[in-house]
Amino acid sequence: MRTRLDPQDPLALSSLLDADDLLTIQTVRRFVHEHVEPNIDRWYEHAEFPRHLVKPLGELGVLGMHLQGYGCAGASARMYGLACRELEAGDSALRSFVSVQGSLAMFAIWKFGSDEQRLRWLPAMAQGDAVGCFGLTEPDAGSDPSGMRTSARRKGSDWVLDGTKLWITNGSIADVAIVWARTEEGIRGFVVPTGTPGFEAIEIRRKLSLRASVTAELVLRDCVLPADAVLPEVRGLRGPLSCLDEARFGIAWGALGAARSCFEAALRYAGEREQFGRPIAGFQLTQSKLVEMAVELGKGELLAWQLAQLKDNGNLSPEHVSIGKLSNVRQALAIARSARSILGANGISLELPVMRHMTNLESVATYEGTEEIHTLAIGAALTGQPAFR
Amino acid sequence: MNVVVCVKQIPDPAAPASLDPTTHTLDRSGKLILDDSDSYGVEMALQLAANVEGSEVTVVSMAPNSETSGLRTALAMGAAKAILVSDGALAGTDALGTAKVLAAAIRRAEPDLVIAATESTDGYTGTVPVQVAELLGLPSVTFAKAVATDGSSVKVERQTEAGYDDVECSLPAVVTVTAGVVEPRYPSFKGIMAAKSKPVDTLSLADLGIDPSEVGFTGARQEITDVSAAESRSAGEIVVDEGDGAQRIVAFLEQIKVV
Repeated sequence: MRTRLDPQDPLALSSLLDADDLLTIQTVRRFVHEHVEPNIDRWYEHAEFPRHLVKPLGELGVLGMHLQGYGCAGASARMYGLACRELEAGDSALRSFVSVQGSLAMFAIWKFGSDEQRLRWLPAMAQGDAVGCFGLTEPDAGSDPSGMRTSARRKGSDWVLDGTKLWITNGSIADVAIVWARTEEGIRGFVVPTGTPGFEAIEIRRKLSLRASVTAELVLRDCVLPADAVLPEVRGLRGPLSCLDEARFGIAWGALGAARSCFEAALRYAGEREQFGRPIAGFQLTQSKLVEMAVELGKGELLAWQLAQLKDNGNLSPEHVSIGKLSNVRQALAIARSARSILGANGISLELPVMRHMTNLESVATYEGTEEIHTLAIGAALTGQPAFR
Repeated sequence: MNVVVCVKQIPDPAAPASLDPTTHTLDRSGKLILDDSDSYGVEMALQLAANVEGSEVTVVSMAPNSETSGLRTALAMGAAKAILVSDGALAGTDALGTAKVLAAAIRRAEPDLVIAATESTDGYTGTVPVQVAELLGLPSVTFAKAVATDGSSVKVERQTEAGYDDVECSLPAVVTVTAGVVEPRYPSFKGIMAAKSKPVDTLSLADLGIDPSEVGFTGARQEITDVSAAESRSAGEIVVDEGDGAQRIVAFLEQIKVV
């Protein structure tokens, strides 16, 4: 029998998914539908992070879901990617929270921490009883983290941290911060309980993007930590960069969720909105936009799917992730803007999700590596000639 | 206490459904999911089992193919194991045939309590659970809106048009639960991962000792002779408030007997 095109899944990509994948989609979609969709416009408008959802997200098992042991579910990369996609269809703020918690803070401890650090933090973070953040970016060190100024010096057996971290998601609600600092032995990571004297997190207000997410500045002044606060298993930028690869993988998937939400809103609206006596979906120019969105969404899904295959098989390189993050976020933004144009004036309203996703995606395009940096990383891998070092 | 839940895997109601043009039966060739109405039964079973020490929940289902994705949902929610009766000869089985197959499978699980939804959301015949009870020789309590058990008897609030009846009966028994009685839990990711290693016992008709001629299109005592599209909803009546708006709305509500 000839299969008809399903507007919800134009390329019939659900046929690539197994029972666990489908259950992942069903579960997270229901969570978003019940807990996020009814209130997200209000949280965005009032710049509120839905902190009450942290515990339920932990009970759902989505925090660090792709890690093994320590109370984590040990799900596949593809299940993690699908969960990110469904969360971000709700709002990028939710996916950002989950990315920072699971892929940055928890992953750093899981991969580079001591057994004591893992036991102390990972089960609590997986359950949503403790929140983590990840301090790498600084006011004067963004794309080039090697220029970081935050330092850690020895004082007897203790460490003393000084410096400032900026644009830190979850910063002011975190119980623990993973802080990267320059030491005599190169760049090292520190597990900093946020109650430590000398640690301060100041929330950044007046954002026009990711308004339902908490973003903060971390200030460390003579912040004294015991010897065992350092992550023992890594030295150098490889540490933080490998965490970023984890998170970027989730972003390549997540952006598709925001894009799909925009596409669905535009498709629905185009079918209902009548001008010149018929639905605007019947005009060629509108169809061209909708088709372009559907085509790019399908391509993005295939790209994300391949990244997951590579990751589950242990063959994913940082440049593969760069291709995914670069392309999927770029296309998601293009889809959001095109959807906004179909919605006309209604497109700027918070009644519909489109402009909210669009402004969120402006941050998503920048954080975890700008388009320019990913281009240079892929360019270096293609040509063997690094253009930025 | 062995709690058995009858569950049905149905085509996703969110996807466009189609009927087979010759048999008029629902096309079930695509992906199947756990019937939403059964998620209440699974949740109820899990809650009851948690209160009686040494309890276990088993889900039982029937399908013409070996589809298990809907059962995986129930296992991820916390059921311990699943029994799937899968046989090509089952295509076209009517309600009574379904009940015969389910009863044979349930008997194997030696149940103390059998829970089912009052009806499925794809077929809506609503007759299978009581037929199962009859075939198993068990009492049935239908339309439960609340259920409690100590492992030897079951107390049920049975939904009626006027309110509810308090019903108590000894176990084993069959109880049907209405939609919305409990809030079905989310299958957590730990649950989803754990479900991978939970046993799904796939049985054929031969395993159950059922003659294929008793089921499927040949064994069905009902035949769908024709189908027609449901009447499309007509436009509503608009009440313009000319000072008597409230009275007219009350009159309307009285007319349809909701007040």
